[in-house]
Amino acid sequence: MSARENILTRIGNACASSAAVDIEKLIRSRQRGPIPPMEDDLTKRFSAQALRLASDVERAATLREVPGVIAAYLRVHRLLMQGVCWPALASYDWRNAGLDVQARAACADDMLGITGAFLGIAETGTLMLLSGALTPATVSLLPETHIAVLEKQRIVASMEDAWQQLRAEHGELPRAVNFISGPSRTADIEQTVTLGAHGPYRVLIIIVDG
Amino acid sequence: MQVSSMHFKRQASANLGNEKLQHALEKLQTKFVDGRAAAIAELPNFEELRSAAVEIRDRTLHRLDAYLVRFEQAASARGAVVHWAESAADVNRLVVEIARQHGVRKAIKSKSMVTEECALNDYLTNNGVEVLETDLGEYILQLAQEPPSHIVAPVVHKSKEDIADLFEKKHGRVRTTQIAALCREAREVLRPGFLAADLGISGANFIVAETGSVLIVTNEGNGRLTTTLPRVHIAITGIEKVVPTLEDATTLLRLLPRSATGQSITNYVSILTGVKGPNESDGPEHFHIILLDNGRSRLLGSELQAMLRCIRCGACMNHCPVYQNIGGHAYGWVYPGPMGSVLTPNFVGLENALDLPNASTFCGECAVVCPVKIPLPDLMRHLRRRQFERRLRSWPERVALRSWSWLAQRPRLYAIGTRIIARVLRIFAGGKNNLRFIPGLSAWTKDRNMPAPAGRTFRDLYRSRHRQ
Repeated sequence: MSARENILTRIGNACASSAAVDIEKLIRSRQRGPIPPMEDDLTKRFSAQALRLASDVERAATLREVPGVIAAYLRVHRLLMQGVCWPALASYDWRNAGLDVQARAACADDMLGITGAFLGIAETGTLMLLSGALTPATVSLLPETHIAVLEKQRIVASMEDAWQQLRAEHGELPRAVNFISGPSRTADIEQTVTLGAHGPYRVLIIIVDG
Repeated sequence: MQVSSMHFKRQASANLGNEKLQHALEKLQTKFVDGRAAAIAELPNFEELRSAAVEIRDRTLHRLDAYLVRFEQAASARGAVVHWAESAADVNRLVVEIARQHGVRKAIKSKSMVTEECALNDYLTNNGVEVLETDLGEYILQLAQEPPSHIVAPVVHKSKEDIADLFEKKHGRVRTTQIAALCREAREVLRPGFLAADLGISGANFIVAETGSVLIVTNEGNGRLTTTLPRVHIAITGIEKVVPTLEDATTLLRLLPRSATGQSITNYVSILTGVKGPNESDGPEHFHIILLDNGRSRLLGSELQAMLRCIRCGACMNHCPVYQNIGGHAYGWVYPGPMGSVLTPNFVGLENALDLPNASTFCGECAVVCPVKIPLPDLMRHLRRRQFERRLRSWPERVALRSWSWLAQRPRLYAIGTRIIARVLRIFAGGKNNLRFIPGLSAWTKDRNMPAPAGRTFRDLYRSRHRQ
């Protein structure tokens, strides 16, 4: 017998439940667990939680303003004015804001990665990114600075709401769903939190109102 | 991993006298214990969440076979290959086979306790696959050639000075004891490793039956790099990690980081489903998932089944007065603390871990903090009973326990017996409050005093007060 059969037989004997449970029905019911209570203003909640987890948060009135907001942020933090962005953001007017941005997947040497976000989760101030041909996962991962553009109406309350929206808009899951809550960090040495482990050292979220 | 649980007493004594370790363990208490308390205080519905988590875990364990098959179907439909392993040796063999099949020379790993069960790194190295740990703690341990001493904070037993010495020796760079600089150094040293690897090996915090996904939580981002850059990804996990839906996983995610480190969410939560699409630039071309039993199915349907609810947060060890004083290495295998005291005997044999179920004050704190309400003291008590029944305890201990049990079942005799013993001990104490020596119990009184009986027994007092 194969390992698979052995294991399943052992489990089957141990469970030996008398009542047949229809697991498909249980799965399809997608029952939600208790969700922590939160305030009605999701944008406010999202910003406050994102700041707590060491993301930076800026606002922009429209998508057209985004390159300017990014340029100002890079100047204040004395960072290079060049980097990469998702191919999905290729149409932004980066050059006009003094930015040299290439629309492609990130390499190890890129210092700045600009992405959009599928949704924002207000509960924890978390970005939800989906991988794809136009939204490569490396852009939010390899560079030392990650900037994410999040439209205000894309902020949902909980991860449960996010699953619902994902199923409605995409049907099935992309290869990678990445929830990002601030810069990468480690507390492995003496349990002391240090920002910037293997991923970005800083994360800026630009919430776009219009 | 080499089992040394049979040397528990010797290892624990040595660690109690290790001043550096004692200092390191203090940090765990302030950061993790206080951090958890603060995170839980912010959640008004924490108890409700705990109950929901127990319900999810029990519901899944109840039909574990069906959920695993459902997971296999969903994962296969997305192009992943699901393998089943009965033992650690099976896992090692499978990983090397997969590595050969895809022509892999270099592997990177994100933290996985299941692969510690298998001692996978040694096996890979011996079979011509270079392997690099990328979690900072695990990387430090790989350099030092030591096992982890905590399931969440593997290198809690080392000070920054220890790590500075190690890095100076292994990296040949200027020594620094600044924690941020040490982290930067590890990042710079490890980056080329990520870029050169053709295989990424990870564990899984959960696997989702609904979607066939592997869910990984990390803070450092090494888990994302490990599962994004190399062309082959192998995820290795225990069969008990399956959850029915994304919603169920979400409920458990509200508890895991809060219980572990006091975070509301880990920096990264990645849900990985299938292989890279035709036009995608990143992600693995081949995705293998290994489901390991290694004794887990033996727990199912037994008195110890509740242990399979465990989500590996480490709260039980952070809060355990025994762990806090002796550290993780004393337990002698992969899983330390109360959860380890229940799991280790199942994995390595009860006879090889005799002291572990007894290494507890039964203060009950582990059960109080467990996010999935595992009754750890009850499970340890059950293992003690098994030891007694299998005659694994010494004969004086067995005779003593049997005599006590005989006496305790005869209330009148018990009342007389305890009255006599109390009187004798009082005389023996000679008016002092403490007994420093009791004939036949010198091993116990060597390190502690026994309070001398004050006067009448509890039963006598109770009866006389009841009469009033």
